[in-house]
Amino acid sequence: MNKTENNKAWFLVLPVFVLVAFSAVIPLMTVVNYSVQDIFDQNNAYFVGAEWFREVLRDPRLHDSLLRQFIYSFAVLAIEIPLGIGVALMMPTKGRMASLCLILLAIPLLIPWNVVGTIWQIFGRGDIGLFGAALNGLGIDYNYASNPADAWATVLLIDVWHWTSLVALLCYSGLRAIPEAFYQAAEIDRASKWAVFRYIQLPRLKSVLVIGVLLRFMDSFMIYTEPFVLTGGGPGNSTTFLSQTLTKMAVGQFDLGPAAAFSLVYFLIVLLVSWLFFTTITHMDKAK
Amino acid sequence: MISWMAWTLPVAVFFSVIACILICMTVYEVRSPCVERRGFLPIATTRGDRLFIGLLSSAYVHLVFLGLTDLNLWIPLALSVIWLAVILRWG
Repeated sequence: MNKTENNKAWFLVLPVFVLVAFSAVIPLMTVVNYSVQDIFDQNNAYFVGAEWFREVLRDPRLHDSLLRQFIYSFAVLAIEIPLGIGVALMMPTKGRMASLCLILLAIPLLIPWNVVGTIWQIFGRGDIGLFGAALNGLGIDYNYASNPADAWATVLLIDVWHWTSLVALLCYSGLRAIPEAFYQAAEIDRASKWAVFRYIQLPRLKSVLVIGVLLRFMDSFMIYTEPFVLTGGGPGNSTTFLSQTLTKMAVGQFDLGPAAAFSLVYFLIVLLVSWLFFTTITHMDKAK
Repeated sequence: MISWMAWTLPVAVFFSVIACILICMTVYEVRSPCVERRGFLPIATTRGDRLFIGLLSSAYVHLVFLGLTDLNLWIPLALSVIWLAVILRWG
């Protein structure tokens, strides 16, 4: 079939250009402008060059929250991805039970972040919360408000509770897409359960897993609401992650210059990680 | 109308240069479309990919200089320009 070339079609892309300019490019330009100035009010702004970037990049508070953020995001991936695969493998494949499991798994995904935070804030309390009281009853000294390790465990547990279903649902759909012939061939070869998983299921799950890892990484990397509701970033600064540090700086202290410089550094980190994932996905598709 | 954007000359120059690079690359691409190829980078890249990698790594070069040294920013800028040229030609 002959393709007709008509460059007027580019005009159809124009609305998207306008929308992206309005919602992303112009705000980004403004942030870059803010990052090189000391702004007191609309008429009092002084050019300071790269001063805020120097300050932000050498601020130990930000190093700590960046480190915490990476540890948190990798912990989330290390727990949720294997757990999600495990849940998907154990789910029934046919019948009413399959539908029931799918609905049950989808429920946590429908609950907003702040509600999840509030649920766990009460659930984890030692006096009125079932989880906290049960742990205390077992003789475990659990208190997320005063013990950093408990606060970390709870913030991780919240994310695992909220989002493992997403990984499980993605893996479930990936598993259902494997043709029956593969399993029949494995049965003829008397392959063990582990061999079936290792050589049939896992390779076939690769593309959904990359999407799962990408989604969970990006989402956990911008976590704000749950620790804010649960601990307010405490005890001390132990659960203060990047977005919370940024919010404190921009809204709490109204340090627009350093906050703008910090958000640009944050943006560059997200851009790099997203590009790495994107490149991995596209090159995996090409390898196929 | 744009006073809320708090424009400064260096930032205006920065975005103008980026816009110029994008326009030039678009014109270049229309005149002589590029083919994906493999250079010293571990992946096959198009001209646009190499530009993106070059610009992103240049941003990190600047951040490293800002975070670790007190040197003048013209030094990382010069390094970045050389790096961008190298990556576009041999990347």
